[in-house]
Amino acid sequence: MSEIVTFTIDGRRISAEAGQTILAAAQACGIYIPRLCHKDGLTPVGGCRVCTVRVNGRPASACTQPVAAGIVVDNDTEELRSWRRQIVEMLFVEGNHFCMFCEKSGNCELQALAYRFGITAPRYPYLWPKRDVDASHPDIILDRNRCIMCGRCERTSRDLDGKSVFGFVERGIHKTLAVNADARLADTDLDLTDQAVNACPVGAILKKRTAYRTPVGQRQFDREPIGTSVETRAKLTIDGGEPR
Amino acid sequence: MSESSIGRVVEEVAREFGRERWRLMDIARGVQQRLGCVNSQAMDAIASWLNISRVEVEGFVTFYSFLSKEPKGRIVIRLCDDVIDQMAGYEEVRRGFEAALGISLGQTTPDGAFTLERTACIGMCDQGPAALVNDVVVTNLSSDKARNIVRSLRENPRPERLVQRFGSGNNAHPLVRSMVENNIRKAGPIVFSEQARGEAIRKAVAIRPAEVIRAIKTARLRGRGGAGFPAGMKWEFARAAEGSPKYVICNADEGEPGTFKDRVLLTEMPDRVFAGLTIAGYAIGASEGIVYLRAEYAYLRRYLEHILDRRRADGLLGQKICGKAGFNFDIRIQMGAGAYICGEETALINSCEGRRGEPRTRPPFPAQRGYLDCPTVVNNVETLACVTRIMEAGPATFCEHGTPQSSGTKLLSVSGDCSLPGVYEVPMGITLRDVLEMCGADEAAAVQVGGPSREMVGPAQYGRTIDYDDLATGGAVLVFGPDRSIPKIVSAFMDFFVHESCGECTPCRVGTRLIKEQIDRILAGRGEPKDIDELLQLGETIKQTSRCGLGQASPNPVLMTIKGFRHVYEELVSPDPHGYQRSFDLTESVREAERIAGRRSIHHREVRT
Ligand SMILES: Cc1cc2nc3c(=O)[nH]c(=O)nc-3n(C[C@H](O)[C@H](O)[C@H](O)COP(=O)(O)O)c2cc1C
Ligand code: SF4
Ligand code: SF4
Ligand code: FES
Repeated sequence: MSEIVTFTIDGRRISAEAGQTILAAAQACGIYIPRLCHKDGLTPVGGCRVCTVRVNGRPASACTQPVAAGIVVDNDTEELRSWRRQIVEMLFVEGNHFCMFCEKSGNCELQALAYRFGITAPRYPYLWPKRDVDASHPDIILDRNRCIMCGRCERTSRDLDGKSVFGFVERGIHKTLAVNADARLADTDLDLTDQAVNACPVGAILKKRTAYRTPVGQRQFDREPIGTSVETRAKLTIDGGEPR
Repeated sequence: MSESSIGRVVEEVAREFGRERWRLMDIARGVQQRLGCVNSQAMDAIASWLNISRVEVEGFVTFYSFLSKEPKGRIVIRLCDDVIDQMAGYEEVRRGFEAALGISLGQTTPDGAFTLERTACIGMCDQGPAALVNDVVVTNLSSDKARNIVRSLRENPRPERLVQRFGSGNNAHPLVRSMVENNIRKAGPIVFSEQARGEAIRKAVAIRPAEVIRAIKTARLRGRGGAGFPAGMKWEFARAAEGSPKYVICNADEGEPGTFKDRVLLTEMPDRVFAGLTIAGYAIGASEGIVYLRAEYAYLRRYLEHILDRRRADGLLGQKICGKAGFNFDIRIQMGAGAYICGEETALINSCEGRRGEPRTRPPFPAQRGYLDCPTVVNNVETLACVTRIMEAGPATFCEHGTPQSSGTKLLSVSGDCSLPGVYEVPMGITLRDVLEMCGADEAAAVQVGGPSREMVGPAQYGRTIDYDDLATGGAVLVFGPDRSIPKIVSAFMDFFVHESCGECTPCRVGTRLIKEQIDRILAGRGEPKDIDELLQLGETIKQTSRCGLGQASPNPVLMTIKGFRHVYEELVSPDPHGYQRSFDLTESVREAERIAGRRSIHHREVRT
């Protein structure tokens, strides 16, 4: 059993195992810290920065920052909400997101965060990049217009599927998701049963022939806004129920 | 070239380096040199040679500016487009090359002989406009010289033939043979003091490693690469860290635009730098040192290898250094391939391991887990030169210079609107005014201290001092005269960050681009008063949320100049006299609609321009 440390998030005292990340420790106590590039079970990389918190006053990504005894973490402050809102808006203008036509609408974490943050339209000008759609694979479609560069597919394929189907090429604003072949997803060994197929937070990787099985309005975040499943645990704790 | 012959070339190159993954940089550079590209077949061949996935090789190749999937010309001309070179006549030089080659920037001649490209600062701001012709540096360019260069290359396609007169000092060494000038304007008592080869190492190995670290701490030596971290403390962490082997790395990536002092140090004082790295190795218990040399300085490589050989012959590298039993240490040079971010120490480590130059998350810190997951110390070239001097002359002598908080001297790379650009070794704590006087910058209207990442200061602040408490800098001092447009400088700086962002995190990848667009809109006369506050807010968000030092510093050009020169922006964003919303470009919007509709608007002619 590893060492237990205590610290505070937004004034609430929290216990966690040393070595746990702030994001994981918060989650275990029913505090939701928004995230996009991180997914439970993956090695965090701190890429999207949506999980930015202040630790003893200094900004840090909660998905990578380990807890330490006595730290003071700010999570739900106006300043942090404002930064996160801006980052989500940046992701919207960086790609080509048309939620109203998107198969992922209602199941999309980016869209769900936008709702959570009360974003109606991004304040920044759209960059309208030219990006490719790869429909070569018999079962899976890759629409790069919607890719937010989170790298979840890359890490899932490499670390959980043992395959390395995805990877990034170029750098900076030209960074693009590539596949482990000369060009086409069909020429990789990606399989419909790979976990990577389910890793995408947005509508960039989709299973063919499944898009409208669940009608819009009844989808994951239509039923339960993002973060609430974590936060209802907080209620349970406060009401005397058992967390986890 | 057929697939099998490409495979053969890759194997020929790769055999020299072996199959370890960290050799990817050397292999990719070698293949690029032989084939003029690392194309699809070459990437496949490298991937199978190193037993890594093809997409990883592609990710690597496309990350670095000096590697390419598309074929490049046999001669690649890379024009340095940093702001100082722009002031010195970059545009004219570009047009000269374009006219002589019959192509535009970014293109390759149909015969495959030439490619013309732009590149970020190549560390020659004191002698710009400058360019790289393959590995050969050409300086003080003009449009006539551009034409002459193309003419001579057409007659004889060997770039080294372009050098007719050698530069000062070791630039004339038979293994360098470069036209680059050192321009050492002021040699101070530490870095540029008389060298006694071997003395520092002999003194170091005569005492225990912990005592060496104590000496560095007593000297209060702080990092010269920009961040200013206490060197002794960093070494102590690495010494105490579990894990072996341990590594020491000399950061010779010198990418901050306007910085070139490390180049001069490597040219004139390589022994002092290598000695410092060796002492660092002794102090932390490492047996291997790496010099990460930026691709732009490849022309120094053979000479540096020769110096390393000489040190091996003299017992200053290798087994039992200076007779010290158990102290075995050697140094190898790792070339970069064109990426400013690789100056950031964890990106540098990734690059050394044959990965994309993306910074790592901290913790763990490199001193705990760095190169190949082993404890690693990364120090700047100048820091290591200081180490050697501290061992030679003792910490007390070192502390005689500078201030209590910032001991020693600092090398400055001065360029721009001044009569004596070049390298100055000055005591820490010197005022900016004194620096400007020394370099003949009587009319300086603004000075960028520390390069684009840091701060622009105006005349009212020339009394400020260069040290860790005030104007902390890696050494760049860019002088701007009264006729320079500050927003244009800012736009050029932002261009740099947009090009050099690694793209790993959102605020830096997207935010720098948004700032750049907004600044350019203001420069185009379409700014509005609210732009200033929007820029401040966007900049602050990028600064606070970016993952590494590049992104955190990237909005500084905007934030610092709005702070110090707000009136310049206010003049540009006055409200439109007709009450129009200036940010909206009616002409462009109509054009866009016409493009989409595939026909002209009936109002086409009436559009206000
Ligand atoms: C974007 C970026 C670029 C950097 N470039 C360099 C560089 O070219 N040379 C350098 O010595 N340090 C550079 N640094 C600082 C290094 O990360 C590191 O702090 C330094 O090499 C440590 O050496 P020092 O303590 O001796 O200064 C850079 C940092 C950042 C964030
Ligand atoms: S495809 Fe999806 S999972 Fe992969 S990087 Fe893009 S957004 Fe992330
Ligand atoms: S701030 Fe982010 S995108 Fe920019 S260089 Fe650092 S890690 Fe890369
Ligand atoms: S979730 Fe932490 S940076 Fe993306």
